[in-house]
Amino acid sequence: MALPIYASPLERIWHYTYLLLCGLIFFFLIAPILVIIPLSFNAEPYFTFTRKMLTFDPEGFSLRWYDNLLTFGMLEPGAPRDESWWADVWENAAWVKAAKNSIIIGFFSTILATSLGTLAALGLSRPEMPWRKAIMAVLISPMIVPIIITATGLFFFYSATGLANSYLGVILAHATLGIPFVIITVTATLAGFDRSLVRASASLGAGPVRTFFKVQMPLITPGVVSGALFAFVTSFDEVVVVLFIGSHQQQTIPRQMWNGIREQISPSILAVATLLVIISIALLTTVELLRRRSERLRGMSPT
Amino acid sequence: MADTAADMPTDIVGALRTPDGRPLKQALAQAERRARIRALVLVLPLLAFVLLTFIIPIGQMLSRSLLNDTFSANMPALTRWFDENPGAEPDEAAFEALVMDLRAAKEARTQGAVGTRINYEVPGTRSLFTKTARRADRIEPPYREAVLDVDKDWARRDLWAAMRSAAAPVTTNFYQAALDRKITPEGEFAFADKQSRIYITLFVRTFVLALAITGLCLVLGFPVAHLLAVLPMRKASLLLILVLLPFWTSLLVRTTSWMVLLQGQGVINDTLVALGVLGDENRLSLMYNQAGTIIAMTHILLPFMILPLYSVMKTIPPSYARAARSLGATSWTTFRRIYVPQTVPGIGAGAILVFILAVGYYITPALVGGATGTLISNQIAFHMQESLNWSLAAALATMLLAAVLVLYWVYDRIVGIDNMKLG
Repeated sequence: MALPIYASPLERIWHYTYLLLCGLIFFFLIAPILVIIPLSFNAEPYFTFTRKMLTFDPEGFSLRWYDNLLTFGMLEPGAPRDESWWADVWENAAWVKAAKNSIIIGFFSTILATSLGTLAALGLSRPEMPWRKAIMAVLISPMIVPIIITATGLFFFYSATGLANSYLGVILAHATLGIPFVIITVTATLAGFDRSLVRASASLGAGPVRTFFKVQMPLITPGVVSGALFAFVTSFDEVVVVLFIGSHQQQTIPRQMWNGIREQISPSILAVATLLVIISIALLTTVELLRRRSERLRGMSPT
Repeated sequence: MADTAADMPTDIVGALRTPDGRPLKQALAQAERRARIRALVLVLPLLAFVLLTFIIPIGQMLSRSLLNDTFSANMPALTRWFDENPGAEPDEAAFEALVMDLRAAKEARTQGAVGTRINYEVPGTRSLFTKTARRADRIEPPYREAVLDVDKDWARRDLWAAMRSAAAPVTTNFYQAALDRKITPEGEFAFADKQSRIYITLFVRTFVLALAITGLCLVLGFPVAHLLAVLPMRKASLLLILVLLPFWTSLLVRTTSWMVLLQGQGVINDTLVALGVLGDENRLSLMYNQAGTIIAMTHILLPFMILPLYSVMKTIPPSYARAARSLGATSWTTFRRIYVPQTVPGIGAGAILVFILAVGYYITPALVGGATGTLISNQIAFHMQESLNWSLAAALATMLLAAVLVLYWVYDRIVGIDNMKLG
């Protein structure tokens, strides 16, 4: 935004103050996330920058907290680091176990949420869909209802049905929480979808299934994938439901972090947090690329 | 096809027929019905899924807040006596029923549960039940005197009133408790004692904090969204990443980093001390209080304000503002009278979304809120996990849910659920 040539001095001052304010707000947004990255390399068990870190003394930095992520919970952390040591890490390290659980639960709940959600979004974006608004409101509600209420309800329901403390229970719950994101992204993609392509395909003799896979699917794939990523992140970041309905068996990364923050707070948490920030940067990049691809694809179809 | 049929006068449509001889109107209606069913069939699996894993559990929670048969299931004789003698003072038969029930409860080891149930209504009475149940086998008639010998508290009228109200499996007791009310032995609806009035305070605090956070998000989000909307596309999408990255970062990670920053020995305090702004002895207490909750939650919810504001501001044509300036308005007037009114849909969408999310927040207040910065969700979690008063937790959750659903309805009215966008 260029300053107009007729701007008065007061307006000029305000303009630069405004830019400064915006800069500060961006700093407020991003600094707390970036500050934990250097702190995770702290050689001391402190949550602040030590003098050695500020003077960039190599002694002030270490990878000990990352190492701790591997060794915490191991049977023999002190053993020489050969094949059996790594096998021990894979089997027993608490954070590795949590990561495995998170990925298993995230993967299956994403599959469930994405397949059911995409199917429903296809129905919802048809013009002849009855009670569209009401159904949409119900399907989006898991995102709106406070998580503690969902967790409380699930706790009662699962204790009555025997789904409590099982992987299946957590996967079903996480799928429910991910569904609104799939619905929102896929219906948004379908909103720009040109219905005449379906008619063209039908007039050329393709059945509905073939039309879906050959015409609709390639066009909506970017939306479906970003919906799936949202669903995965929702599950990957969810702690309250796991705390309420999962047992020790279903220890996920967020739950392990939660315990870590509440009980034995150590900079290991910051090492995990750094890794998670890197994952979220990767996911954000993927989603942005997908969005651009989707816009390009849609730009080609006449609307 | 549907349009042409609707445009024609009805009698002509009625006269037209399809090649196989059916009236056109009927054939069209059938085709439309089929299309509707086809659309519905696509949605049904998900609807059934959400019904099973979301709506039914929440319904169960609602019923849990009204139903509690701990007393009536474990104290059948006394419950029958309450049913048969409405409003009566406890007589010998009542005490006999009490002793019989306590004997059975001791066998089934449920006296603790019954005591806990009554303890919710009359604090300090749980031990009365466990103690009397332990001696129940040795109690001989006349029961009234024998029971009063064990503990003279059994003569308390408020205790009998509490047992009478607990004997009904459907009860509003937990809603009364959640509203800091109770029914006195005289049957009046009154406020609980001053020191046990916590939930109204907590609800008020939740709403005030959520309002404060929404206000802060608006104040911080408005300039940023405006900047993003007026910058050229290329620069804006770069800056947008700074908004989206926090949005994609794990909630626990963001809360952790605020704990790191806000601690007494944390980065902010250390920096201020190093700069000489603060003395080492009067470090700011930014965490484990309301300040911590407000700062961390504002940061976490800010993207939810910026994104809807940005999507509305993007569509505002700059020519209106230029027209106002050319007609002699100052830049402040232009902003106030021309620009802000056009952003109202975005402000509404962002503010309601942030408020809804803030009212139900649990994790962040639990970690940085301390005693004064916790919200109603934390109290629900406390009753679920620690005090194990599940019915009270369900009642509190139901009240919170009602508030959120009203807000959700308002959001749908103002913004429309279809217009919700992510990123």
